[in-house]
Amino acid sequence: MGAVRLYGRYAAASIKAQMQYPASFVLLSLGQFLSTVVEFIGVWALFSRFQSLGNWTLAQVALFYGTVNIAFALADMISRGFDVFGPQFVRTGDFDRLLLRPRATALQLLGYELRLTRLGRFLQGVLVLAIAVGLLDLSWGAREVALLLSAIAGGVALFVGLVVLQATLAFWTVESLEVANTLTYGGVTAAQYPIEIYSKWLREFFTFVVPLSCVAYFPIVGILGIDDPLGASRWFLWVSPLFGFVFLGISLMTWRVGERHYTSTGN
Amino acid sequence: MFDTLVRPYLAIFAARFLTLLQYRAAAFAGIVTQFWFGAIMVMALSAFYADGRGSPSISLAEAITYIWLGQAFLGLLPWNVDPEIALMMRTGNVAYERLRPVDTYFYWFARALAWRAAVTLLRSIPILIVTSAVFAFVGLGAWSLRPPSSSESLALFVLSMTAVVHLSAAMTTLLNISVVWTISGQGINVITNSLVLILSGMVIPLPLFPEWAQPVLFVQPLAGLVDIPYRIYFANLSGREALGGIALQICWTMVFIVLGHLLMAHTMRRIQIQGG
Repeated sequence: MGAVRLYGRYAAASIKAQMQYPASFVLLSLGQFLSTVVEFIGVWALFSRFQSLGNWTLAQVALFYGTVNIAFALADMISRGFDVFGPQFVRTGDFDRLLLRPRATALQLLGYELRLTRLGRFLQGVLVLAIAVGLLDLSWGAREVALLLSAIAGGVALFVGLVVLQATLAFWTVESLEVANTLTYGGVTAAQYPIEIYSKWLREFFTFVVPLSCVAYFPIVGILGIDDPLGASRWFLWVSPLFGFVFLGISLMTWRVGERHYTSTGN
Repeated sequence: MFDTLVRPYLAIFAARFLTLLQYRAAAFAGIVTQFWFGAIMVMALSAFYADGRGSPSISLAEAITYIWLGQAFLGLLPWNVDPEIALMMRTGNVAYERLRPVDTYFYWFARALAWRAAVTLLRSIPILIVTSAVFAFVGLGAWSLRPPSSSESLALFVLSMTAVVHLSAAMTTLLNISVVWTISGQGINVITNSLVLILSGMVIPLPLFPEWAQPVLFVQPLAGLVDIPYRIYFANLSGREALGGIALQICWTMVFIVLGHLLMAHTMRRIQIQGG
């Protein structure tokens, strides 16, 4: 069976399991939706008082906000296996069983759970993105749509990469380090505004260490068709989402190093 | 008199407080996260304030102080059901609660008080020290938590924070009781979580919402968790206004205690114990 078909099987099984508790699914999705909606109400309130954020308008910020939320929701939906890797697989020794199967461990962990409740955040992101597109007078050609989709795809790759790195650490620390959440959840929070507004050290961190601005800032500036206030050249805006995939690639390579280092806790 | 009326609750408070102080690693992770989120919020607000538009009723320095106090005292928010009580409902152990020779409402209230206070105590002190003293030394003075406006504001702030702890415990206890009907508690967390964050002033300081919303935002109960004490701290509320704010906190606390006590009496008469 091909990797894609196998993943399809995993996903179908996971969806079926979650649908055994429909009320719980609806409530948790609603919770995700509400908790992200209140964040946007905060952004809206600040704009209604201050009118603008530097040179950025509410509609422009909504485009940043919607894109990064969609990307994070999708990444969070598929990366649950890596998220719980420390306590669920390393500490219990269950990772041994994954190693016995003739498939890549990364694929098996991706198939661990497809968290449908993340649809709440996803829908909120789509809603905000739709509002932004409605308010902004942009010309949507095939190039712009392709850039938006690759920004989202690059964003998914970047956030999954972060969770993979967090899981990799568990090979050494056994427990998952909660501090990694500052980069995932903290990254989304930061990227909901254009990266340009932050201090230089934070911008550089989110460009050269964790290339969040390459998936959540530069491509959006490209879609808006404006000159980047940070001075990136136009061609870079269009290729920047690639760095999300580069980051995922490096994360997976680190994962393989960690895997070789693994010693079972035994049981 | 003292022995039967107060001592059991003090004992419950002390026992739970000491248990929660054991989770130091979780507290450390929490603190790092809160610095990070606080810093992002501070930078975003600085950018909003930079153009000098919007005539906000609090200055940028005051808004930053508001943010850091919010991060320091985050643990006081009544945003979820006590997981141990939710577990009690699922397993049926709640039956034991009925056997104890104490008033179940005030027993749970004391638990909630200890829970919120212990979690917050561990996390607030390092955040307060770093954001007030260390920031100024490392050249982040513009980002720092400012000292209270006067000794009078500080005294009123302490009084108001005492009210916060009780208001939060009363709300938490009400949430805990509601688990009797829903068993899982998940559904309640979902709704209250978002409401508490936006209406208390945690998402953005309440004074930054549009002017037309201000009167309603001030009198609703959740303002008493964050907004009222912090505005007292930097004397945005002072004198009679500050006392009015504290009176409002106390009124809401009483309302939630009476409501909780009635609801407890009602539910415990018809409670169904999960067997097994």
